[in-house]
Amino acid sequence: QTELLDLSTVDVILISNYHCMMALPYITEYTGFTGTVYATEPTVQIGRLLMEELVNSIERVPKAQSASMWKNKEVQRLLPAPLKDAVEVSMWRKCYTMPEVNAALSKIQLVGYSQKIELFGAVQVTPLSSGYALGSSNWIIQSHYEKVSYVSGSSLLTTHPQPMDQASLKNSDVLILTGLTQIPTANPDGMVGEFCSNLAMTVRNGGNVLVPCYPSGVIYDLLECLYQYIDSAGLSNVPFYFISPVANSSLEFSQIFAEWLCHNKQTKVYLPEPPFPHAELIQTNKLKHYPSIHGDFSNDFKQPCVVFTGHPSLRFGDVVHFMELWGKSSLNTVIFTEPDFSYLDALAPYQPLAMKCVYCPIDTRLNFIQVSKLLKEVQPLHVVCPEQYTQPPPTQSHRTDLMIDCQPPPMSYRRAEVLTLPYKRRYEKIEIMPELADSLVPLEIKPGISLATVSAVLHTKDNKHVLQLPPKPPQPAASKKRKRVSDDVPECKPLKPLLSGSIPVDQFVQTLEKHGFSDVKVEDTAKGHIVLLQEAETLIQIEEDSTHIICDNDEPLRVKLRDLVLKFLQKF
Amino acid sequence: MTRECSLLLPRVCAALADPRQPGSDDTCLEKLLDWFRDLTQFDPTASLVQDNPCLTEFIASVLALPEPSASILSFTLRLAGILAASENRFQHLQQEKLLVRLFGRDGPLNSAVWEDASVRSGWVEGVHSMMHHQPALHFLCNGGGIDVIFTLQGDPSLFVASAASQLLVHMLTLSVESETTKPLSTKDCDWPACAQMIIKRIEDSLQSSSASHIEQSLKLLTSLFGSCRATWTEVLWLGIAKQIESFLTEETVQAQHMLANLLLNMAWSPVFCDTEGSFWALVTSALEHLTPVQAGPLAVGILRLYKCPQDVRIQALTVLLQPMDCILRAASQPLEYAGLLDESVSDPITVESLLSSKSSCASLLCQTLAHLEELLSLIRLPVDLPYTSLLRFLMTILQFCNGFLSPASPLGSTISRILINCFRVQRSALDVLAALSERKGCDTLIGSLFDVLLAYLESPNTSPTVLKKTFQATSKWLVRLQELSCSNSQWQQTEKILQDVFLVLQKRLCSPCWEVRDSSLEFLTVLIKCLRDQDEFRQSLLSSEVPRLTENLLEDPESYVRASAVTAVGHLAFITYFAPESPVIGNQYNKENTVAKLQEILSTDPEGFPRRAVISIFTKWLRQGCTGQLEDTEKFVSRVIQTVEHDLDWEVRLGGLELVEVFCSQTICQLGLPKCPYAPVSSAVTSSIHQNESLQIFCRAKLFSFLFQSLCDCDKPVGQRACDILLGLRGNFYPISTLKDSQGTEDSPAGHGIAWLQRTLRQGSLAQNFPTDGGNGVDFQDPESMMLALGTIDLEELHGELNKSSDHVEKSPQSLLQDILATGGTIEENEADCY
Repeated sequence: QTELLDLSTVDVILISNYHCMMALPYITEYTGFTGTVYATEPTVQIGRLLMEELVNSIERVPKAQSASMWKNKEVQRLLPAPLKDAVEVSMWRKCYTMPEVNAALSKIQLVGYSQKIELFGAVQVTPLSSGYALGSSNWIIQSHYEKVSYVSGSSLLTTHPQPMDQASLKNSDVLILTGLTQIPTANPDGMVGEFCSNLAMTVRNGGNVLVPCYPSGVIYDLLECLYQYIDSAGLSNVPFYFISPVANSSLEFSQIFAEWLCHNKQTKVYLPEPPFPHAELIQTNKLKHYPSIHGDFSNDFKQPCVVFTGHPSLRFGDVVHFMELWGKSSLNTVIFTEPDFSYLDALAPYQPLAMKCVYCPIDTRLNFIQVSKLLKEVQPLHVVCPEQYTQPPPTQSHRTDLMIDCQPPPMSYRRAEVLTLPYKRRYEKIEIMPELADSLVPLEIKPGISLATVSAVLHTKDNKHVLQLPPKPPQPAASKKRKRVSDDVPECKPLKPLLSGSIPVDQFVQTLEKHGFSDVKVEDTAKGHIVLLQEAETLIQIEEDSTHIICDNDEPLRVKLRDLVLKFLQKF
Repeated sequence: MTRECSLLLPRVCAALADPRQPGSDDTCLEKLLDWFRDLTQFDPTASLVQDNPCLTEFIASVLALPEPSASILSFTLRLAGILAASENRFQHLQQEKLLVRLFGRDGPLNSAVWEDASVRSGWVEGVHSMMHHQPALHFLCNGGGIDVIFTLQGDPSLFVASAASQLLVHMLTLSVESETTKPLSTKDCDWPACAQMIIKRIEDSLQSSSASHIEQSLKLLTSLFGSCRATWTEVLWLGIAKQIESFLTEETVQAQHMLANLLLNMAWSPVFCDTEGSFWALVTSALEHLTPVQAGPLAVGILRLYKCPQDVRIQALTVLLQPMDCILRAASQPLEYAGLLDESVSDPITVESLLSSKSSCASLLCQTLAHLEELLSLIRLPVDLPYTSLLRFLMTILQFCNGFLSPASPLGSTISRILINCFRVQRSALDVLAALSERKGCDTLIGSLFDVLLAYLESPNTSPTVLKKTFQATSKWLVRLQELSCSNSQWQQTEKILQDVFLVLQKRLCSPCWEVRDSSLEFLTVLIKCLRDQDEFRQSLLSSEVPRLTENLLEDPESYVRASAVTAVGHLAFITYFAPESPVIGNQYNKENTVAKLQEILSTDPEGFPRRAVISIFTKWLRQGCTGQLEDTEKFVSRVIQTVEHDLDWEVRLGGLELVEVFCSQTICQLGLPKCPYAPVSSAVTSSIHQNESLQIFCRAKLFSFLFQSLCDCDKPVGQRACDILLGLRGNFYPISTLKDSQGTEDSPAGHGIAWLQRTLRQGSLAQNFPTDGGNGVDFQDPESMMLALGTIDLEELHGELNKSSDHVEKSPQSLLQDILATGGTIEENEADCY
């Protein structure tokens, strides 16, 4: 929906994890975007792999022609579901190409966790580990006095990435929370158990197992789980195949991003051992990987076996071949582990299907219980989240436990809604140049509080404010050089002294009497006092922040009274 | 007391009273007190103290110490109490003025050492031991001891406080029962002086505004009514009933939580439960006024009573079922549920608010569920529970917990929100569900019940412990289902449910979590045990993948799982290999393979559990006569015992002996030897032929070397079992009159060997390297030698030796006294060294 926002006016894009950068080439290559994109290194590398796999799978089956008539609303209406329900079909685009991917990725600025990046001096952004995937980040956007946390796709579970950095999210004025688990009722541990049980059961019955998946992410955890499980389940002789144009790179990349891994895996690197056990699976020939089903794979292929391949939507990639190959036998099983697709929709074109289908969505992102723990821990002043998270899922309207519950209630937003975040910028930080600071003479007006007046020039550039020494008064025109415009600084007028302190009325009256005013009357008012000199027809109004002497046309008297008042006040 | 002991005692007393000695350890002192208790129990005379003046001297010298240690002082107080338990010895100690100095005002109770809880505890215990006669009672009452005890009821040490309370109960009972001449009645209530003092104190504290005083008195009354069932308790009660009743209605005093126990103890007493009158009215009022959490235990206690007015019983049931009613109401549409209870005893809002609060919901439900389980575990219930509603309630709770139920009411959604994934409630509910399966009357819901159970079995979110409980409940209800389908011929439903169960079991057997695999196997074993005679069950099981997956688990990496798999496979064999019409199932294991596999586990498994499981399965097979079809049982047994005789795990060796025992009795039975002593005696000729035959079988199977070797086993139970078996065999082969005299056999070569065997056996577990290869002249496979061995070796003596506890030598009082002296002695030696 590019019309919502003119992307060419966007200065910065912050990427949370590799799953949410798949549309990046469309932005960087088609919209006139000239800003900067920030992401961590694993995000870029693995994101590249995902895009590469996507492009590869699409380009492998080039279409001779493309149809567009059906996008006409009148025609689309007549199509079967889910096509007829698809929205904004006119906006659908062809897949990008590898050169576009490379161009897009070249615009990304790499950052590390906790690195502080200044954006135009206005704010500082910092990526923090979000615990969800290699290099996945939450972002802190802060100025000197305000802090906004953007938490998206985070996990508190112990899987392969570095654990989520919660501590740095504390003291946020606003916490924007999104990317929670898609399947809040499915506990990932239970699902992994389910995955293993179904896999073992199928293989023991002589069937094959197909796991449609992305080439990176949960697959690392699944392989690790299987590594521990296959021997105990008596599956040591069953081959595991991982087929993807980027299979090799994905398996190898995962082993080199040590600093982005969880503590356990990091320590292995120093032993030195590969952090992930899939290295051993490969070494012992239990796990084999191929770029595609053609070539070596067709020679090595043995059944029964377990195949991991993409794409999880079942619409393209090598998974399509396996669906067709194995779909007719009830011995085989397809196990869906990626939570982002409806498995029923994915399977629809393959029906009728004899093979068993098991849905074990493994989504390690935060669930609602974890969210409430996180919010208790982090205690942001305000939480902002998509509207969906503020009510139970539509299919399970009785599950009031499946929504964000916090105090104050979260601010919710809908698609294409513009929100005003609930805070006001009230202060700016200003620096004082050392020379200027040297010239200040603070005066203690109360114990512990000193004041000094500053006369300086406020210099503002890139949202940074600096107080500099005022320029010296211009020398009498000794030089004949022309004054440059930039030197034309404002003239400084001599400053009147500032007054501080309060006037104790009783003492003031006594002083007046000493100075010969005998008929002093004091009246209390709401804001202070009025001292009345009846004979002189003069009023002295003393209030908290002002004092007025009102007398008609008697300047000497006014000056006399003023001096008496000033005796009680400090000047600086 | 033996002479040796009376000689040792003075030195022991001196050592104990010596402040320079390190305190003897508490166990020794306790044992010493036990010994004195034994000595005095049946001897009321004063001879013990008269003959052993060292005892009174000991007490006097401890009292004379300027700063006695707390443990010795406590010991002295308790010893004096034990001694003073009889009137004669009491008088003796009184003459010496020891009791006053120990228990009176000027004794330890006013010294600094009283701060030590062990001294206070010794004081209370001493008084309690002494309190068996009137002089003791008067001694204490007149000396102001009652005040001390009342104060000690509030002691910071709970032991002291509770002992003080018990002591008061004891004194009150003693006073009333020993000092009353005519029966007490409400009109003429003439309490003996001591009882009067105690009762006055109770009444005063009940009327006081101090919660702790009221609590102490209620505790005292609770244990009084719990222990004393005499009619005078009613007289006491009538004096305080009004006051206690007021605790229920007045909220100023927080004593309600104590009342349930008090009323329950009273309800058990025939004095109160028979009355028509005010007591039951008070119980009714308590059920109304106590909070649901407080009233629960009272209600369940009342429901266990057989003597109880019906209306009170119904009311108790209502209290117990209130949370259930509330849950059922919350789960249904407003007009759909008519309500379970005719009327509520207390305000239903209270229960509702407890159930809708996160902190109290789970605990109230768990308490209710625990009470229901307690009631269901009773064989005969004095009251009928509404079983159908109860089942519906359990199903509702379970569905709330897994989020499968969408409640229509706001209360329902609050409860559902609290209960989702609450394992504690799930476990309790499943326990009650299992217990409920044995009660008839809720069969209409059985179909939907299995829907709930299967949802739990299938859900990956079910935690391993909850799954285990689900398996337990499912197995019980499957048995019930089977019974039902027998009576109403609804085979289809049963078959469908069984299929679903096996389908999910199949998956659970492949679980990566070993606890799940383990409880799945246990579940399978239970099912086979209960249902193996049912055709549908056998067919469903054998047509599923379960048998094959079970056999796979014999190689599981987790030893517990292997053990459970062994048991399951062993039971599975009853319906596969050993069944009369054994169905063929195509898999890699046939019965020979299975036996071989189990034998391999028995000989090679590195963990004990699987080996234990194998030996117990083999015994089970043998007992059921399955091994006969399998191969020559003799060879089977022989092979097994040769495997287990060197097993490192004693339980496996013990299991081996059990197998041998079964084998022996079966062989002897089969060959016609009368096992039962009352069976008609067969003629001498046939009997000796059979004897020969069975003896030969036992020798060939190498039973005797295993049995005799086990007699020297370093683990006692093994030796005992082996001895029992040998004694049994001897009984079979030798009628009592024909036992040989061991003296006359030494001449023959076999006799030498037997003599050696006898000597070796006497060494017991100290015998090293028990050779079974005949190297010492004993041929364990020679029937004649073994017959001789059985006849000559004194098995009774061995039996006696083996049955003695390991500390039988050290247990005597004499050795105790010597021990105490020895600890003192070492000090003297050390002191000498210092010089």
